Amino acid sequence: MALLTLMAAVTIGVVRLRNLFAVVILGSIYSFLMASVLIVLDAVDVAMTEASVGAGISTVLMLGTLYLTKTEEAAPKHSPVLPLFVAVVTASVLIYGTLDLPRFGEPNTAVHQNVAPRYLSKSIEETTVPNVVTSVLASYRGFDTLGETTVIFTAGIGVLLLLKGRRKKAENKTGDNA
Amino acid sequence: MQLLEQIVAHYNHWITIFLMVSGLYIVIARGNMVKKLVGLSLFQTSVYLLYISPGKILGGTAPILDDKFTVYSNPLPHVLILTAIVVGVATLALGLALVIRINEAFGTIEEDELFGEQEEN
Amino acid sequence: MRFDLILRVTAKLLLPFILLFALYVQFHGDFGPGGGFQAGVIAAAMIILYAIIFGLSAAKRVVPQGLVETLVPMGVLIFAGVGIATLFLGGNYLDYSALNHDDPAHGQHLGILLVEIGVFVTVSSTMTVIFYAFVGRGR
Repeated sequence: MALLTLMAAVTIGVVRLRNLFAVVILGSIYSFLMASVLIVLDAVDVAMTEASVGAGISTVLMLGTLYLTKTEEAAPKHSPVLPLFVAVVTASVLIYGTLDLPRFGEPNTAVHQNVAPRYLSKSIEETTVPNVVTSVLASYRGFDTLGETTVIFTAGIGVLLLLKGRRKKAENKTGDNA
Repeated sequence: MQLLEQIVAHYNHWITIFLMVSGLYIVIARGNMVKKLVGLSLFQTSVYLLYISPGKILGGTAPILDDKFTVYSNPLPHVLILTAIVVGVATLALGLALVIRINEAFGTIEEDELFGEQEEN
Repeated sequence: MRFDLILRVTAKLLLPFILLFALYVQFHGDFGPGGGFQAGVIAAAMIILYAIIFGLSAAKRVVPQGLVETLVPMGVLIFAGVGIATLFLGGNYLDYSALNHDDPAHGQHLGILLVEIGVFVTVSSTMTVIFYAFVGRGR
């Protein structure tokens, strides 16, 4: 609970600050906090991914972008009243919705009734893999993972198309044909 | 007393919603594109929380099977979010690449300046 | 490029352990937390750390861009290829039980291992390629 409150505080910082460098670093701190929260919620695999991806790779990419563009954000021209109104209305509707949701940490909710018990009870027998996350990821839901891998592949190709093209022609003269 | 109970029972949901609308607010209100992408990833991260927290069982352990434990948290949301994180960073990189190209073409990453330029032409 | 002695020495000490940790996460993913996605990102982080400390050209000598670009589709091909292999061995697409007819559970385990390698290759090479593209743009 303390961690969640801390995350909210960091978020307020992200919203208010205009120095983009500070925003990116706060985003990295936020990712570490999120990873800690995920560990508390028993999602160790996800926490590991979030710590390495959110705090590591995306921070590096953001800083690379800031290096190529600029680090100060211009003062906003429009009044923030309308977006604030939209955000507050959305938040209140959603919070009204949560009052009907089951309490946190209950074992008898709908989430725990369907496929999850089957995965947990059959994983060793069917795949000999004790880490259920791995067996669900690669075997039970292999199609999903194939799709995700293809999305990553496509994103990589997209970045290459966007950032490599013109620069390569200029560099061919200098012999850097990597 | 009842209010306190509600807060304890739904605190994770409320924080999730707070993170979500902060992301939404940044995306709508701010013109800087890098800031918008940060807002998008805030929004995305709140969804991780939204998925993972119902999967937790109080007193359960991480879903790695062992004879010593009987109660495990739900592994399915973990799998979905695990892939979502990595896909998220890939799409974030694509967005940042677009921002770099926009900066090279127009010399700015502020939406207002971009639109202003368009009207002048 | 400045010559930061402390940074360089520490980085050199850390790099092999980061790679070792990535491999541990990869192959111990069946028994503990971890798997192809995390290991791929950690391995990419190692290359990124090397590139940040020793410069992009040094990193490209160790891990050439052509190699990384070939590995990007290779991972997806390994993943899809496992699916095709199970088709030829008489199962459904991505039904790893077909990999070992005597003991379907071990076939599943083998399939998971191969697929995780495919994921590892794609994720690590894509992250490296993205990083190379971002940094190479700045010069």
